[in-house]
Amino acid sequence: MPKMAKSPWLLHYDGSSCNGCDIEVLACLTPVYDIERFGIINTGNPKHADILLITGGINEQNKPVVEQIYSQMPKPKVVVAVGICACNGGIFKECYNILGGVDKVLPVDIYVPGCAARPEAIMDGVLKAVELLDKKQNEAMAKERRENHAG
Amino acid sequence: MWIRIVWTILFLILGPFAGGLLAGIDRKITARLQGRRGPSVWQPFYDLLKLFRKQAVIVNSIQDFLICGFFIFIVFTGALFFWGGDLLLVFFSLTLAGIFFMMSACSANSPFSAMGAQRELMQTMAYEPMVLLAAIGFYVCNGSFAVSDIAQAHLPAVLYLPGVFLGFLYILTIKFRKSPFDISTSHHAHQEMVKGITTELSGPILALVELAHWYENVFLLGVIALFFVASSWWTWILAVVMCIVCYFFEILIDNTFARVKWQEMLKTAWSVTLVAGAVNIMIVILIL
Repeated sequence: MPKMAKSPWLLHYDGSSCNGCDIEVLACLTPVYDIERFGIINTGNPKHADILLITGGINEQNKPVVEQIYSQMPKPKVVVAVGICACNGGIFKECYNILGGVDKVLPVDIYVPGCAARPEAIMDGVLKAVELLDKKQNEAMAKERRENHAG
Repeated sequence: MWIRIVWTILFLILGPFAGGLLAGIDRKITARLQGRRGPSVWQPFYDLLKLFRKQAVIVNSIQDFLICGFFIFIVFTGALFFWGGDLLLVFFSLTLAGIFFMMSACSANSPFSAMGAQRELMQTMAYEPMVLLAAIGFYVCNGSFAVSDIAQAHLPAVLYLPGVFLGFLYILTIKFRKSPFDISTSHHAHQEMVKGITTELSGPILALVELAHWYENVFLLGVIALFFVASSWWTWILAVVMCIVCYFFEILIDNTFARVKWQEMLKTAWSVTLVAGAVNIMIVILIL
């Protein structure tokens, strides 16, 4: 069977980002970086996505949104936090409305720091996340096999 | 009889491979037209196999049933066409498949999915008259609706039906879900209504929809070929070349036009149908 890693579809969510990282994420789709050569598609639909890519910190208003998007994605799935704000809150960390990085609400797999994160760093992070997809799928299958064996 | 069975089996087995490869070539050429490297031509197959391995998130019990209906009727449409069956029955079963698809989108409790279904209905309304006119045009030329008879004509049908062919080429953009008429769903990054008609589909069920689209695309190119084939052997080569040319033309249109509102689509599609299709058929009736 071919790997999951050959066709990762990506969902980009803008938390409370300043849009700096978002522009860099979209730059990955342009001819200069062309992230589609790895088979990556920017879907915009959680039900089609394998990778949840979040920029910006989490606040009280987008917390339920992020949680819902994550719950709508079919397994296996990975979360990539892009930019220092998504990693730990960054420059907005002390703000009264910011809860912190994405890992306050979701299990983040890959952290891509930077302000703004460079497109090269984002692509590197996404490709690391892609490897995790296969690992997660194999683990889920092994677990299922064990359960069937026990049952 | 044996030839008919061979054609049908070839379609059932090789249809998805040809459709997937066409989709891969489409993505590669699109990338090149945009100055990108683009994914491998095998990318649609990787996507399909991945989707089959993903978790199936079931929205409701009826949706999966309706998608299976869509898949079965698309395969039936193509199989009947390559069997050499009645062209009218082929087109009616294509419409039935489309209705299954729209009903599956309506069954989900999502505004995006419902909006996609409504837009798909508009698309059906725009292309359906031309599809029926094409069948009537073939009948006027050959006195038969049977694909096997039409493929054995003395002269290629396109010589009598150039207008109908152009009209069919116009609505082919809608059927291939290409820009400017990809308003019910889109393979580009437009996200104003998420993914339209396929929003609520995921994993293996979405894979089934992809597979059905590949079968459908091969069938539609088959209709294009039907305009060119006749009893002599070289018309078959001409038909294959014209299928490739038409497919490339659709990719070019896809990359050079921005999508339009549904009103524009309906107006232009019906105008082309009336001017190119109906007038052409009237002239042929007067001449023959």
